[in-house]
Amino acid sequence: MFEHYLNIFLTTVFIENIALSVFLGMCTFIAISKKIDAAFGLGIAVIVVCLITVPLNNFIYNNVLREGALAWAGLPEANLQFVGLISYIGVIAAAVQILEMFLDKFVPALYNALGVFLPLITVNCAILGASLFMVEKDLKFGESVVYGLGAGVGWAMAIVILAGIREKLKYADIPEGLQGLGITFIIVGLMSFGFMSFGGISL
Amino acid sequence: MANKYKEILVKPIIAENPITLQILGICSALAVTSNLTVTLIMCVALTSVVSLSNLFISIIRNHIPSSVRIIVQMTIIASLVIVVDELLKAYDYETSKKLSVFVGLIITNCIVMGRAEAFAMKEKPFPSFIDGLGNGLGYSFILIVVAVIRELFGAGTLMGVEIFPLVSNGGWYPANNLLLLPPSSFIIIGLLIWVIRVFNKEQVEEKDFSLSKHDVSPNYEKREINV
Repeated sequence: MFEHYLNIFLTTVFIENIALSVFLGMCTFIAISKKIDAAFGLGIAVIVVCLITVPLNNFIYNNVLREGALAWAGLPEANLQFVGLISYIGVIAAAVQILEMFLDKFVPALYNALGVFLPLITVNCAILGASLFMVEKDLKFGESVVYGLGAGVGWAMAIVILAGIREKLKYADIPEGLQGLGITFIIVGLMSFGFMSFGGISL
Repeated sequence: MANKYKEILVKPIIAENPITLQILGICSALAVTSNLTVTLIMCVALTSVVSLSNLFISIIRNHIPSSVRIIVQMTIIASLVIVVDELLKAYDYETSKKLSVFVGLIITNCIVMGRAEAFAMKEKPFPSFIDGLGNGLGYSFILIVVAVIRELFGAGTLMGVEIFPLVSNGGWYPANNLLLLPPSSFIIIGLLIWVIRVFNKEQVEEKDFSLSKHDVSPNYEKREINV
C-alpha cells in the first residue's frame, strides 16, 4: 500500500513533472524566477494550495459531479460533469481566499513572506491542471492527496532550479535580443529535455 | 475612429504580443503545437473566449464590486470555456481528446484574465471586444509559426498533408524527431523572441551587469587600468 503511494509521488515529481513535462504554470514559472528567495516562497505556496485543492476537488468530483454520484441524494441518473470546470476553479479561488485570511490571522510571518504570491496562485494553471489531471486519471481520495503533494513539490523544485540557473546567468554575456526572456525560454527547453530522461524509468 | 480600432487590433499581434512580450498564456503554447490542425482549433477556441469574455466583462464592468471582481471574471470565463469545450466534444471528439485538459486550462490562461483586468474593466464593450480579438490573434500568430516549424521539419507534413517526402517512405527528407518533442517549442519561441527583438529594439531588456570593454592595446600599463 505504502509502495503504491510512494510510486505515485515519485512519478508526479520526476517523470510527469508538472512544470517541465506537462508545461503547466509556465507564466509564473518564467515571470517569478529571477531570484531564488521569491521562487522558493512561490514554490511553498503552490505546494500548500495543491495539497488542499486537489483532494477537495477529488471529493467534490467523486461525491457530486461524476455520473451516478448523486445516488445518495436520490438522483442516480444525474451527470453533472459539464459544470466540472466552473466548480474546480470556484473551489480553487475560494480555497486561496480562505488560506489567505487564515494565514493573515494566525501565521502572519508566513503571510508576509507569501503575500504577493497567494492571489496570483488562483490563476496559476499548475493548480487547475493538477485538478484536471486528477479527474482524468480517475484517482481515489487517498491517491489524490499524494498526487496533489507530488504536483506541488515537482513544480516548486523546478522553479527553484530555474531561479538558481538564472542567478548565475546574470554574469554571462548574452546577445542583446536574447537577454532576459529569450534565454530563459531556451534554458527551460534544455531543462525540460533533461527531465525527459526520467521518462525511461519505470517504478 | 476607425484608426483607433485598427490600432487596438493590430498592436498586440507583433508590437505588444502577449506571448513574446507580456509573458502571458505560455502553457498551452508549448503543449499543443506539435500538429497544425490541433493548433488551429486551439487558436480559434482561445480567440473566441478572450474576445467574448472581454465583451461581457466590459458590459457589466460598472456593476462589479472591485473586491469580488476576480471571482466574477472567473465565472464568466469558465462559463465560456465550458461552452467551447462542449461544442468541441460534440463536433470534433478526436481533437478534443488530443487537446485533453488544455481546453479547460483556457480558464487560467493569463491572456484572458490579463486582458479582462487591464482592458475590459476600464473600456467600453466594443473596443474591449476588438482588444480581445487582437490579443487572440497575437497568440495565434506565435502558435501557428511554432506549429508550422515543428510539424514541417519534425514530420515533413502540414495539417497531415505530406510536404517533404520522408526517407522512411522512400523520399529524401530525414525527419527531425527532436522537433516533435514538446521541449523544442521552448527553444523555437526563445529564438522567435530574439528575431522580434532584433527588429524592435525597444523590447530589449537591460543587462544586470555589463562587461567592461576589452582593451587590446599592447601597452601593459594601460591595460592594468581597465582591470
